[in-house]
Amino acid sequence: MGLLSLAIWTPIAFGAVLLALGRDDQARVVRWFALIGAVVSLLVTFPLYTGFKTGTSAMQFVEKAPWIDRFNVFYHLGVDGISFWFVPLTAFITVIVVISAWEAITERVNQYMGAFLILSGLMIGVFCAMDGMLFYVFFEATLIPMYLIIGIWGGPRKIYAAFKFFLYTLLGSLLMLIALIFLYTKSGGSFDILTWHKLPLDARTQTLLFFAFFAAFAVKVPMWPVHTWLPDVHVEAPTGGSAVLAAIMLKLGAYGFLRFSMPIAPDASHEWAWFMIALSVVAVIYVGLVAMVQQDMKKLVAYSSVAHMGFVTLGFFIFNDLGVAGGLVQMIAHGFVSGAMFLCIGVLYDRVHSREIASYGGVVNTMPNFTAFALLFAMANCGLPATAGFVGEWMVILGAVKANFWLGLAAATALIFGAAYTLWMFKRVYLGPVANDDVKALTDINSREFLMLGLLAAAVLYMGIYPKPFTDVMNASVADFLKHVAVSKL
Amino acid sequence: MNTSIDKLSLIVASPEIVLLVMACVIALVDLGVKTRLRTLTYVLSMATMAVVAWITADAALRGETHYGFGGMVVSDPLGNWLKFFASIATMVTLVYGRPYAADRDMLRGGEMFTLSLFSLLGIFIMISGSNFLVIYLGLELLTLCSYALVALRRDHASATEAAMKYFVLGAMASGFLLYGISMLYGATGSLDINQVFKAISSGRINHQVLVFGLVFIVSGLAFKLGAAPFHMWIPDVYQGAPTAVTLMIGAAPELAAFAIAIRLLVEGMIPLAIDWQQMLMLLAIASLLVGNLAAIAQTNLKRMLAYSTIAQMGFVLLGLAAGVVNGNTNNAQFAYSASMFYIITYVLTTLGSFGVILLLAREGFESEEIADLAGLNQRSPLFAGVMAVCMFSLAGIPPLVGFYAKLAVLQALIASGQALYIGVAIFAVMMSLVGAFYYLRVVKVMYFDSPITVTTVSAPMDVRAVLSVNGALVLVLGLVPGGLMALCADAVVKTLAP
Repeated sequence: MGLLSLAIWTPIAFGAVLLALGRDDQARVVRWFALIGAVVSLLVTFPLYTGFKTGTSAMQFVEKAPWIDRFNVFYHLGVDGISFWFVPLTAFITVIVVISAWEAITERVNQYMGAFLILSGLMIGVFCAMDGMLFYVFFEATLIPMYLIIGIWGGPRKIYAAFKFFLYTLLGSLLMLIALIFLYTKSGGSFDILTWHKLPLDARTQTLLFFAFFAAFAVKVPMWPVHTWLPDVHVEAPTGGSAVLAAIMLKLGAYGFLRFSMPIAPDASHEWAWFMIALSVVAVIYVGLVAMVQQDMKKLVAYSSVAHMGFVTLGFFIFNDLGVAGGLVQMIAHGFVSGAMFLCIGVLYDRVHSREIASYGGVVNTMPNFTAFALLFAMANCGLPATAGFVGEWMVILGAVKANFWLGLAAATALIFGAAYTLWMFKRVYLGPVANDDVKALTDINSREFLMLGLLAAAVLYMGIYPKPFTDVMNASVADFLKHVAVSKL
Repeated sequence: MNTSIDKLSLIVASPEIVLLVMACVIALVDLGVKTRLRTLTYVLSMATMAVVAWITADAALRGETHYGFGGMVVSDPLGNWLKFFASIATMVTLVYGRPYAADRDMLRGGEMFTLSLFSLLGIFIMISGSNFLVIYLGLELLTLCSYALVALRRDHASATEAAMKYFVLGAMASGFLLYGISMLYGATGSLDINQVFKAISSGRINHQVLVFGLVFIVSGLAFKLGAAPFHMWIPDVYQGAPTAVTLMIGAAPELAAFAIAIRLLVEGMIPLAIDWQQMLMLLAIASLLVGNLAAIAQTNLKRMLAYSTIAQMGFVLLGLAAGVVNGNTNNAQFAYSASMFYIITYVLTTLGSFGVILLLAREGFESEEIADLAGLNQRSPLFAGVMAVCMFSLAGIPPLVGFYAKLAVLQALIASGQALYIGVAIFAVMMSLVGAFYYLRVVKVMYFDSPITVTTVSAPMDVRAVLSVNGALVLVLGLVPGGLMALCADAVVKTLAP
């Protein structure tokens, strides 16, 4: 078994065991088992990092075995600089999520933990799949655990949110399925993504394919104006669900643009770049403004996610190395930062059971340690230098200026909005005098929460101060990617 | 024509002969059985079906095609595999249905077992028939047994009503089919499928008469498959019949309906494909529309599954309709094997979902409302899991087997390269999005709602084991669908090879 298979199937195996054997009267055992599973799953991704060769854009750790002969589908895995970092990131976030649920989840613990472990494996599978059908299977399969997570452990309007999440994203993916089958037929019976990259296609076909993929990925990212499911889902999902959704699941869509839309339909991508850039800029500016007026902390962070993902798609569609690499860095950074933001809200919610900004005030007086973490993550969300949030945004803005000054200016204004809504929320929740008895009764974070936030804080700072390991991995693949999409297929 | 009984004919018809003899023997033996669950009758029936399953699987694996009784019946890989799956499906139905039937006074006599065996015999004859009349006889045997099975709870008002509806509409559909067959006989002068094929291929037959007969045959088939607009009986019968019988009607007979569609339309009338494909396409579109939209409004689980069946049959028909493109049959084996894969996996999933309904039904409580499943996850995670897997599979979500069925059919449509077919494929996926809603609702009720009762779900060992395997198969076949797909493709290729 290859390393990538190990990364995919280890968490799934642990999850399956939990589902099969776990019982609520042994919740303690279940929690420890889940933690061990998550940590082991993270550990098996380390050899990937040490073994990854940075100089090449070729697929690495390739595994290929026939899967469905009838359709010529292969169990074909591989990672390159574009997909590599998402594998350890997913495994890392899963560890954090398992820790975060330690006390908050008391019912059906095994199903909760099992669902997250299985989800983790499936998402890693999406990033590793080099076969179109394998990709689709992983991509769609993630809906099932997420649907259950939202629906079982969610808030008051969880059922609405679960259905909206499932049906909204399914709508997009089904159009992508048609596109995949069409490519299979067009390429003479192959689901191999790399073969599709080289497949010549005429302009009309490329446009149709581009929009079929757009339907799937734009909903997943989500881009304005198909982002409306995200705030609803974030608000209702349990803390862990929100964290995984923001940190990893949104990246599946952005990753799809790089793996499918752009290399398979490069001419259409260039032709419609203005459209993608326009949607991204609207997301960055308009959704940033929307975030500012939110009363609900989770909603605020959800809108901020849409705005940050706008940076990512903006970076991709300006077609230069700073833009694409910046978008990728931003994806990873946003994974840490948004996950951390949601976990912070979770920490407060576990104690006060409210997500309204108005329910808080002066938390710093009763929870000083926690506030220190929250401040760091808020700063990272604004894009303060020396935090993870800065690197990607800065690269994308630089890339945008290179492409068009006004575009760069528009993107840069978003940083101001980002700072505005994040800091304003921080001020209202954490600073000032103690607002009410609930806040007065707060106790500071315990060692478990300290560990969870500490790990994330370390990641955020490390990536902000020394982003080289991240960009080094990407460089060769990004350069090759740009070379590929610059060549017309017509 | 040589009609003397030779040795080969006996081998070809051996599964049917075994079934017939044993059905009669079991009917006699049952007279002496006094236990409440009729265990002896049950064991004998199961053993009989296991034996015929083994015979048919063995024949299917050898992959040869033999004709018997002067070309009246045929034993080919397609037919043998379908017979094999039909036997297994009937066995599973009896495992799930026996406790349910015993609780409802349906096992006072052993009729349920003998009627099941006879209906399986009808299914076998339909599948084996290579002659219009043989197929028709098999169909009548199957439907007559089904009418009786639906009415088995004779003091139950809704079951009796369902039986009446089923009988009246079913008789009419049989009439349609027979009328179509007689038109074809009049035009071609033969009832033998291969002769009819030759006559039609010769091009000397009046096209109008053929199409006229064809319309009736397609209508009759559509009724048996349950495709809109000939679907009216499905919701009423599914809902009204005792659940065990619903499963008896809804699972194995679908395989037979598929088989006769292949025999009549493909083997007999492929030169007329351009005509019947249009009809099937319209039936498919209507079924997808009616089935999916009507299912949303249902609160009764059996009725919802009935509409879901109609929608699923739409997909099967799409596969059948995509075989011949501009007179070119290159796509045919993919299209027909896609439909075959679809119907087999559909039967597997139906067995699982009805199995859970049967399990939850207790004495004096039918558990047929969707709301009755509330909080099943808390009462029994295993059975909730089986049901959820079946629902996600019917919705076509990977990695469950239902997804690959849809994939295969969509691929057949898109491979045709016709803009119309691609348009239909897009329509079909949009309809399956609608379908996802009501399947998800069942999952929602089981997982997100609180249970009404806290009683744990108890099940006999055999039901528990079979149901677990059934649910696991839906998942495992989804993870490794290659084998079953290859089996279907192989069967279709070998059977349709000239």
